[in-house]
Amino acid sequence: MVVFERPHSLAKVPMHYCPGCTHGIIHRLVAQAIDELGIEGNAIGVAPVGCAVMAYNYFTCDMIEAAHGRAPAVATGLKRADPSKIIFTYQGDGDLASIGMAETVHAATRNENITVIFVNNAIYGMTGGQMAPTSLPGQVTQTSPYGRDVSMAGYPIKVSEMLSALDGPEFIARVAVNNVKNVKNAQKIIKKAFENQVNGKGFSLVEVVSSCPTNWGKTPSDALKWVEEEMIPYYPLGVYKDKSAEKEGE
Amino acid sequence: MTTQILIAGFGGQGVLFAGKFLAYKGLLEDKQLSWLPSYGPEMRGGTANCSVIISDEPVGSPIVSKPDVLVVMNLPSLDKYENDVVPGGKIFVDSTLIERKVERTDVDVYYIPATQLAIDIGAPTLANMIMTGKVIKETGVVSYDGIEQTLTKIISARKANLKDINFKALETGYNA
Amino acid sequence: MSEKVLMKGNEAIAEAAIRAGCLHYFGYPITPQTELAAYMAKRMPKIEGGVFLQAESEIAAINMVYGVSATGKRVMTSSSSPGVSLKQEGISYIAGSDLPALIVNVQRGGPGLGGIQPSQSDYFQATKGGGHGDYHLIVLTPASVQEMADLTGLAFELADKYRMPAMLLADGTMGQMMEPVELPETKPELIDKPWALTGTGMKREHNIVNSLYLVPEQLEKTNLERYERYKLVEENEVRYESFMMDDADVCVVAFGIAARVSKNAVVEARKQGIKAGLIRPITVWPFPKKALAKAAETCKAFVSVELSMGQMIEDINLAIKCSKPVSLCNRVGGMIPSPEEVLESIKKAAGGNE
Repeated sequence: MVVFERPHSLAKVPMHYCPGCTHGIIHRLVAQAIDELGIEGNAIGVAPVGCAVMAYNYFTCDMIEAAHGRAPAVATGLKRADPSKIIFTYQGDGDLASIGMAETVHAATRNENITVIFVNNAIYGMTGGQMAPTSLPGQVTQTSPYGRDVSMAGYPIKVSEMLSALDGPEFIARVAVNNVKNVKNAQKIIKKAFENQVNGKGFSLVEVVSSCPTNWGKTPSDALKWVEEEMIPYYPLGVYKDKSAEKEGE
Repeated sequence: MTTQILIAGFGGQGVLFAGKFLAYKGLLEDKQLSWLPSYGPEMRGGTANCSVIISDEPVGSPIVSKPDVLVVMNLPSLDKYENDVVPGGKIFVDSTLIERKVERTDVDVYYIPATQLAIDIGAPTLANMIMTGKVIKETGVVSYDGIEQTLTKIISARKANLKDINFKALETGYNA
Repeated sequence: MSEKVLMKGNEAIAEAAIRAGCLHYFGYPITPQTELAAYMAKRMPKIEGGVFLQAESEIAAINMVYGVSATGKRVMTSSSSPGVSLKQEGISYIAGSDLPALIVNVQRGGPGLGGIQPSQSDYFQATKGGGHGDYHLIVLTPASVQEMADLTGLAFELADKYRMPAMLLADGTMGQMMEPVELPETKPELIDKPWALTGTGMKREHNIVNSLYLVPEQLEKTNLERYERYKLVEENEVRYESFMMDDADVCVVAFGIAARVSKNAVVEARKQGIKAGLIRPITVWPFPKKALAKAAETCKAFVSVELSMGQMIEDINLAIKCSKPVSLCNRVGGMIPSPEEVLESIKKAAGGNE
């Protein structure tokens, strides 16, 4: 009996991610959703600039690499070119919530029928650990060496809360992958975000609270602990917006 | 034969439309032509002008800097362009809105109380077409025959009811 | 033959693009090209599969173009100078990913916010790269409303053929003026694009559209291959118009509105007994180097007429290897040289060498 196997849409190549990084888990959850919905042959993924920049090598569906922050605009083009395709972006916090905030907000408000996987690990990983728009107050990074000073650098952006205030988007949720229970829930939510697109419902974003042991300067297990104790209290998990569910509830 | 026409006035007086009418009439007569508007941030009330060139040969520069025909619908335009008209050229003045006379003596001048005439025929916004009618009469740059077909071409079906009144304005100007 | 209609240059581009099979347009409002977006907004929803989208920014618009282009469909965006600056990042990515697309720049005066009157001061930006990295665009410069339409179709064709972005480099005058135009009737033949992202259908390996190569040997290789293609473009796609050049002593070089003005001046110079001619580049990249080099064999002097501080004059000097004097006749900031100003420059150029 097979109890665990690689999803078909996850390429059979070694990933470049650091030990203890949760990108691998999130890639797997995305691939699993694609497999379960049987949409691999119809899917096109958009890779970001950031640690997941080479995601185009890790998914077996057609892939495109976007400029920093522009993935939602590229995805808009792909979707408008052929609405029957399943389009997803995979973006980090610097990409989605800093340089690409305008593209994010506008794709959301247009209720662009795409799926956005937003990996929030509160730091710029690929460039070596600089302050991100989601770095916590007081968090030490290479560009906030004395801790994020909110009087100078402002406060972290709570993307899910912010986007759920818009009338446009269909589905906004925040999940985490720091323990088995959260991973299982993340799997369900990510699948729903793809399902929404298949059913033509519109913009579905899943924020995944994630870790970066390398740039946080922590062991993988301490990093997961930090997610539990510092990240999740600041970024509470849950479904922030689900337009279809709201309608049903009326 | 090439005729360079400059039509100038306030934005909202329809100077661009008057030029467009002449250009379209030229097109229907198989002439070579160009139409170039001034364009600016003001949609209404600012100065507006357009260059129209109608010719038997391919048009070079579409910019009219030395008009053969100048049509002015406000005083600033007369002040600005009077001296640019070529000697022997023609100046058409809306005398309802411009009180002063043309100072040049080497050009033909036509004073038309176009705004007043427009009010008289119940089309107060069509002084532009009254001026245009007069220009056609005095310059022959395009023929008067077929102006109705031209109006049909350039007035969208949505505004078809405006056709008759435009025709009346052109006719009034032509006979003024 | 289709009927001649009177159209603004901006509208002619839009209609010609649709007839060239471009059903996707992304833009952002900016004077003096807004009529193009407005035309698309009106027409696209009435066409099956037609998409007009007003993007949140020029940056988003060009990235939407990138997305559509990756699927193999014809796509365009248009803007004016400040907006085209914003698009440069996306243009570099499109070039680096070897995708076709059309970018229209209806130029206005700069730098900065500049003005809204016509200009040609984005010549360097258009012909020398604009964005980062080694790349070129095919840059076409219409000088009439008819060419606004014709070169739009050609731009799509060349972009597809060479897998590179093309730019229509117009100016405010060309965009705003109306002239009779005969629009192409037929739908073009579209070429096969096996690289396009159409979904694997579980039948092929995945396609990847990408400009990232972290291994320098690989990145070098993509650059070299791209430049092999550029060489073909330079060999096969140079376009220019020669006017009264057979016995010319003075060769005026100008494109777009500057060429229209220059033509008047050349005709007037001939009337006054000066043997002047005009070479009008229709492609400014690739630049008509050979035509100019040939002219340099017989002409005494060149005059570059530009709506810039002298950007094209550098290409003229390179093309003729500085073998003859080249003078500049220019106006900037939205001003256009008059035929009289050009004539003066021609006279000076003719006299200076007698």
